[in-house]
Amino acid sequence: MLGHPPPRARFALAAVAAAAGGCAWDGPMTTVVPGSDFAREILHVYGIITWASVGIALVVFVGLAWVLLRFREKPGGALPVQTRGHTLLELAWTIAPALVLLVIAIPTIQVIFRTQASPSPQALHVTVLGRQWWWEFRYPALGVVTANELHLPAGRPVALTLEGPDVIHSFWVPRLGGKRDVVPGRLNRLTLVPDTPGEYWGQCAEFCGTSHANMGLRVVVEAPDAFERWVAAQRATPAEPAGAAAEGKAIYARSACVGCHTIRGVSAGVLGPDLTTFGSRRMLGAGLLPNTPDTLAAWLKDPAAIKPGVKMPALGLSDAEARAVAAYLLGLK
Amino acid sequence: MAGVWSWVTTGDHKRIGILYGVSAFVFLLVGGIEALLIRLQLAGPQQTLVGARAFNALFTMHGTTMVFLAVMPANAAFFNYIVPLMLGARDVAFPRLNALSYWIFLFGALFLHASFLVGAPPDIGWFGYANLTSKQFTPGPSADFWILSLLVLGVSSMIAAVNFIVTILNMRAPGMTLMRMPVFVWMTLVVQFLIVLAFPPVTVGLVFLLFDRFFGTHFYDVAAGGDLHLWQHLFWIFGHPEVYILILPALGIVSEVLPTFARKPLFGAPVVIYSGVLIGFFGFGVWSHHMFAAGMGPIADAAFSVATMLIAIPTGIKIFNWLATLWGGALRLTTAMLFAVGLIGLFTLGGLSGIMHASPPVDLQQTDTYFVVAHFHYVLIGGSLFGLFAGVYYWWPKITGRLLDERLGKLHFWVLGVGFNVAFFPQHYLGAVGMPRRIYTYPAGAGWGFWNLVSTVGAFGIALGVLLFMVNAWRSLRAGAPAPADPWDGRTLEWRTSSPPPVHDFDEIPLVYGRDTFWREKHGPRREAPPAPVDDSSSLRLAPRLALQPGVCAPVAVSVATGFADGSIGSTSGYPHDEICGLKKIDQIMLQGHDDTRPQCRPY
Repeated sequence: MLGHPPPRARFALAAVAAAAGGCAWDGPMTTVVPGSDFAREILHVYGIITWASVGIALVVFVGLAWVLLRFREKPGGALPVQTRGHTLLELAWTIAPALVLLVIAIPTIQVIFRTQASPSPQALHVTVLGRQWWWEFRYPALGVVTANELHLPAGRPVALTLEGPDVIHSFWVPRLGGKRDVVPGRLNRLTLVPDTPGEYWGQCAEFCGTSHANMGLRVVVEAPDAFERWVAAQRATPAEPAGAAAEGKAIYARSACVGCHTIRGVSAGVLGPDLTTFGSRRMLGAGLLPNTPDTLAAWLKDPAAIKPGVKMPALGLSDAEARAVAAYLLGLK
Repeated sequence: MAGVWSWVTTGDHKRIGILYGVSAFVFLLVGGIEALLIRLQLAGPQQTLVGARAFNALFTMHGTTMVFLAVMPANAAFFNYIVPLMLGARDVAFPRLNALSYWIFLFGALFLHASFLVGAPPDIGWFGYANLTSKQFTPGPSADFWILSLLVLGVSSMIAAVNFIVTILNMRAPGMTLMRMPVFVWMTLVVQFLIVLAFPPVTVGLVFLLFDRFFGTHFYDVAAGGDLHLWQHLFWIFGHPEVYILILPALGIVSEVLPTFARKPLFGAPVVIYSGVLIGFFGFGVWSHHMFAAGMGPIADAAFSVATMLIAIPTGIKIFNWLATLWGGALRLTTAMLFAVGLIGLFTLGGLSGIMHASPPVDLQQTDTYFVVAHFHYVLIGGSLFGLFAGVYYWWPKITGRLLDERLGKLHFWVLGVGFNVAFFPQHYLGAVGMPRRIYTYPAGAGWGFWNLVSTVGAFGIALGVLLFMVNAWRSLRAGAPAPADPWDGRTLEWRTSSPPPVHDFDEIPLVYGRDTFWREKHGPRREAPPAPVDDSSSLRLAPRLALQPGVCAPVAVSVATGFADGSIGSTSGYPHDEICGLKKIDQIMLQGHDDTRPQCRPY
């Protein structure tokens, strides 16, 4: 009977197959396509537990289906035997799950200690500050400060120190491994070795207020020489702008912008992201929008319309002024 | 005695049970509507049905409502109505206290929802993590409504818990030893102990928070040396046992429904009881598995991981004992039975995904994602709600004296079951491909759109299922077939009295001579000899005819919370509260001559 499913069942099976095929497992935030040793270690345990769970689920569901099909009341049938228990059986299904748990617990504990070991001496140290609702990245040894876009060299251990100046956030880049909370008053740490160059998406994973959903980030893992070039570019003093950008710089310098933002040699505010190399960033507003003249001009005119609750006020810029400032900022590479 | 007044002044455990049940159902609908709005907003990327703040308020109120105002009181409905009947008692030990706990619950719930009236519903998450809840980051009264109503609801739960512990330990019919108590009564007892032990820590945490917000203390102020993990520990020492407070009653209900409709005793009843006790006991040693991402260090992570995995053993025992109960039975697939069997399957899935995030490394990828959302909805809908519906279909004839329509009931089961799985199974996938919780919007490029749409469709299936139940209930109450005293050939004492039972429950207190005494009276054999009748004067206690005090005391008690909130409403920034300035005015008149630095109301 199982060999020839009726047409309706065949349709259902086809739908299930199509649905499973419709699941892409390699999205930008996937947890199952690792790009670091940390993510790989996790996936190893993930796999063991998933298969154990599938096995247990099969036992329960097959058992359930069997009793439901087999033991229906028959009209006029006698009362079933009033069995009250069976010590041996009950011992068996106490011990069997305990053994399965052992299979899960051992690799779990190994991976806990492996992934929380102290960072290697060659590690690149980065301080991550989670703020409402953006990320700041400081490379103390390199003298680089940037925001919302973390650059890492492939193959080198990284030690992230997580600091929270306001509320609790959680730093999470799924393809590079598990999340770790950014807790004010505590220094949490995350160590990993990114091994595959590429762009990785991240997102705050602890509810942190109004724009929690808009607190994304990008991690760019690149070959060591490309990373060196990026560091050099970050440390260079931006070129003096010309044309519309020069006008934009003048507007920037006389507006409220300077109170919150740093542009090396121009302003030294600390409340908002450092904009010294803003033009090199791919995204605007913490992973919210592509960083283009249009999106940036719209942002400058009314940031709260794009990102609810954002601390940056509307600056009262005209269209032309916003475009000029956008030209200036995008020229900072 | 009839009419509204008789309900306000009732001390009858059965009527209080009905009050709890109806209130819980109303709040289930409120929380359900919030859930539908959440699902509509997430049906596609970049939707703009509700804004960020409104969405944050929706998920906060959805969680708080479903936990404290829907599932807990629904459990309380069955504790109230069924437990005294199962014990062969005439009422609970303290009927007036019982009424008080209901009225405090009701006013606490109304107080929480009053936050909507002043335009400041809580938007801090049902877990209210410090320091987002501080005045600095949540300046309005929204968090105050949340804190104060949780404190009020905690009082209600504590009162009820003490009442039921005393009832269960003291009001059992002659011959009903502890191990002869039905499993549902046992699970009720375990839950009351969990409440008594779990609510004090969260109360302490909430009082700290209240003091921080109102009196300038610094428990959760990092600059003054506060530790934000303190709140998380205090909350989850409550929060994890709370999960068992929500689920154990459902497991108890299923342990009654399965034997009745398998027409066999519960397989290994003592083991099922012990496993419930163990779940409750271990439940206090695992709270930090909610904090694997918080940075507790590898030793704490490993210890809490192993403790959490241990809970899987007693949970697994229950599942296998239920399967063994069905094995060799003569199954009657009534609606109640379908919901009970559905619970076995769905709760198993919820338990298995729970084992996944018992492993800290895996949890670091799953916590705060939709994988966890899927997990606890399998536990709380597939477990608690299915168990509660099993209980509703099972005991409805006893409570109302009328039968529900079985065909409509089965339709209800299938629509709800399919809708639930369509809504929540895809969320495992969404979590695995990285969709975080508590986000009101997501980018199209993340690839989460299609399965979110499917999930939203499923959510409306759940709503349709609940609607079918309402139709069924309405038709039964209007013109349902009258129910006999024992429509299912039941095993426990509640089926021994009429449907609905008389005010005094039993004309004659039954004598108990073993597990399933009532079944043996009908089908034999009476192996153990009945004990000699006991002169138990407590069992002669009748419900007070008029319990006026609780209905008066509860609103007065809750008005203390209102006073706090009123003060905080006066000191808000950015919220329009002129509509309640009448209250403020009174406040100001009373404060005349005192140094009131709070902003004044605008003149009318």
